[in-house]
Amino acid sequence: MVDPVTDSRAAPILSVRDLKTHFFQDEGTVRAVDGASFDVPRRKTLGIVGESGCGKSVTARSILRIVERPGRIVGGSILLRRDAGNGRAGEVDLAGLDPAGYEMRQIRGGDIGLIFQEPMTSFSPVHTVGNQIIETIQLHQNVSVEAARLKATEMLHLVGIPKPERRLDEYAFQLSGGLRQRAMIAMALSCGPRILIADEPTTALDVTTQAQILDLLRHLQDREGMTIILITHNLGVVAEMCDEVVVMYLGRVVEQGPVDAIFHAPKHPYTQALLRSIPSIHATVRTELPTIAGSIPHPYNRPSGCPFHPRCPDFMPGTCDRSEPSLRPVEDGPGVSCFLYHPA
Amino acid sequence: MWAVSVLAFVIIQLPPGDYITTYIAQMSGSGSFVSAQEAEALRQQYGLDQPLYVQYLRWMAMILQGNFGMALEYSRPVAEVIGDRLWLTMVVSVAAIVFTWLVALPIGIYSAVRQYSLGDYIATFVGFIGLAVPSFMLALILMYLGFTLFNANIGGLFSDELAEAPWGLAKLWDLTKHLPLPALILGLAGTAQLIRIMRANLLDELGKPYVVTARARGLPESRVILKYPVRVALNPFASTIGYLLPYVVSGSIIVSLVLSLPTVGPLLLKALIAQDMFLAGTIVLLLGVMTVIGTFLSDLLLLWIDPRIRFEGKQ
Repeated sequence: MVDPVTDSRAAPILSVRDLKTHFFQDEGTVRAVDGASFDVPRRKTLGIVGESGCGKSVTARSILRIVERPGRIVGGSILLRRDAGNGRAGEVDLAGLDPAGYEMRQIRGGDIGLIFQEPMTSFSPVHTVGNQIIETIQLHQNVSVEAARLKATEMLHLVGIPKPERRLDEYAFQLSGGLRQRAMIAMALSCGPRILIADEPTTALDVTTQAQILDLLRHLQDREGMTIILITHNLGVVAEMCDEVVVMYLGRVVEQGPVDAIFHAPKHPYTQALLRSIPSIHATVRTELPTIAGSIPHPYNRPSGCPFHPRCPDFMPGTCDRSEPSLRPVEDGPGVSCFLYHPA
Repeated sequence: MWAVSVLAFVIIQLPPGDYITTYIAQMSGSGSFVSAQEAEALRQQYGLDQPLYVQYLRWMAMILQGNFGMALEYSRPVAEVIGDRLWLTMVVSVAAIVFTWLVALPIGIYSAVRQYSLGDYIATFVGFIGLAVPSFMLALILMYLGFTLFNANIGGLFSDELAEAPWGLAKLWDLTKHLPLPALILGLAGTAQLIRIMRANLLDELGKPYVVTARARGLPESRVILKYPVRVALNPFASTIGYLLPYVVSGSIIVSLVLSLPTVGPLLLKALIAQDMFLAGTIVLLLGVMTVIGTFLSDLLLLWIDPRIRFEGKQ
C-alpha cells in the first residue's frame, strides 16, 4: 500500500471542481470565479497566477468561505482531504458547509491558515499582537492562557522574530513591515494548519524582505510538512517557490501543470503571452516590453466562448467565440483549456 | 479656564443695556415709575456704572472667593438659585446620554452589519424622523397623549406632593420614575445622529483586512464584529463625551420649559432675557468649565483606549 502522506501521487489534499463565486450587485452579476477547477498536491506549493481581477483572491476566500456579501458561491465543490490520525480523517466538501457554522470555523485557522498582502492592517490596531495570536490558539486548542501564551512566544520565535516575549505585548503598528508579516505567518500557523493560503504575501514588502519571507515560508513548509497555496502575480516568485502552477484568466483556470512545464513549454496562448511579458536580463536594452494585447474585459460584459478569445493571437473564428473549452490534460501532463489542443 | 471666564463675561455684556434697563421697563410696564436717581443708585449698588474691565475684575474676584453674586431677579445668591438645579440638570443630561448610547450603538451596529437590509432601512427611516422632529414638539405630543390617554401629567421631575420634600428614598424613587421620559425626549435627536455616525464608522472598519483575518482565524461572526471593528469604531465617540454634556444642557432649554423640568436651562433663558449678568454669567461660565473639563477627560479616555495615540509621542 502507498503511504498517502509521503507519496506525492496520492490524492490531492484539496480539490476544487467547477467553483463558481458570483457577486450579485445592482448593476449586474460579476462572475469573479466562474468554473475554476484545480488540485492542490499534498505537501507541495501550488502557485495561482493571473492578472489583477482574474479571481485569484476570491478563489482563496471561497476556499475559506469568507467571501463577503454580495458575493456567494453558486456552484461547484471544494473537497478537503484531511489526514488520518487526528480523528477527523475523511473528505469534506467546504462548499456545502454553513460558512458561519462550527465545522467551517474549526477548519478556518485549524486546517487552513491564511496570510495576505496587507501586513499593515492585518492586525487590529487596538489589540496587541499577542492578544490575537493567543485568542486564535485558545479558539482551536483547549489550553490555558499561560500555555497559549507560551505557544505564541514559540511561534514568534519560529518565524524569526527577535525578543518574542516582548513583541507579544506590542501593537502591530510598532513592528516593521517584515516583522509584521512574520507575526502574521506566526498567527496563521499557530494552530498547525495543513494548508497555508498565502495571498500575495510579499507584494507590500521591499525586495530584500520579500526574499526573507519566502525563505521563511519554504523553511516552515519543510519543517511542518505543510501544503502552501501561493497566490501572486509575480512570476519570479512562482518560479522560485512553486512545484505546480495554476494560471487563471477571468475566473477560470486556463492551465495547470508542474512549474517547469509551465515555464518552459507553456501550452495556453495566455500563459505564453504572460511569460513573454516578463522583463528578461538577456533582452536587448531599451526594447519595448511585450504586453498582452487588449485589456481585461469589463466584468459585466464577458466575451462568449473562450473568455480569452478577443485577445488571443491564435484566435480561431467560429470555434473560440462559440463554445467554451474545458480543462483537459494534454500528452505528458499539464491540463490546458484551449481548442488548440482539444478540437471542439 | 481664564479665557472661558472672559468669554462668558463678554457674551453676557454684549447686548445693549443692563439689568436696570430691564428692571425699569418692567416697572413702567406695571404702572410704577423709577426715577433717574433711583436707577443711578441701583447701578452704583451693583457696580454697573463702572467700566467693563473693572466689572469683570470685580466679578472674578468674587468668584475666586466662592461668591457668585446675587441673582438680581430672585434677590437671592446665585449659588442658592442654581444649587439643586445643577444636580438635577446633570442627572437628566446623563440619563439622556446613557439612553442615547444604549439605543443608538446597538442599532448602529445592526445597521452596518446588515447594510441595506429591511432592518437597516427601518432604522434609517426612524432615525431621520427622530432627527427631523423638534424635540419640544415631541415633548408636547407626548404630554398631550399622556394627559388624554392616561390622564397623567408627565411633566416635571417629581410628583407634586414630593417636589418640595427633603431628599430621601421616596423622592429618589420618584425621580427615577419621572426620569425616562425627559431622557427619551432629550436623547432622541442625538440617538438618530449617533446611529448614523456609528453606522458610517463601522462600515469603514468592516472591510479592513484585520476583520477578514479575524474571520479567517475561525472566530465566530459575533466575536469578529464586536471585538474588532466595533471596538475601533467606538474610539471617535470617546472624544465627543467632552462637549456632550454642555450640548445637552443648552439644547434642552425649550424642552425643559415645555416639560417644566427644574433644570438649569430655563434659568439661563430667563436670566438672559432679564440681562441678569451674575446669574447668566455663572451659568455660561459653568457650561464653559464643563466643556473644558469634559474635553480633558475624554482626551485622557481616548489616550487610554487607543494605543495608536498612546504610542504616537514615543516613536
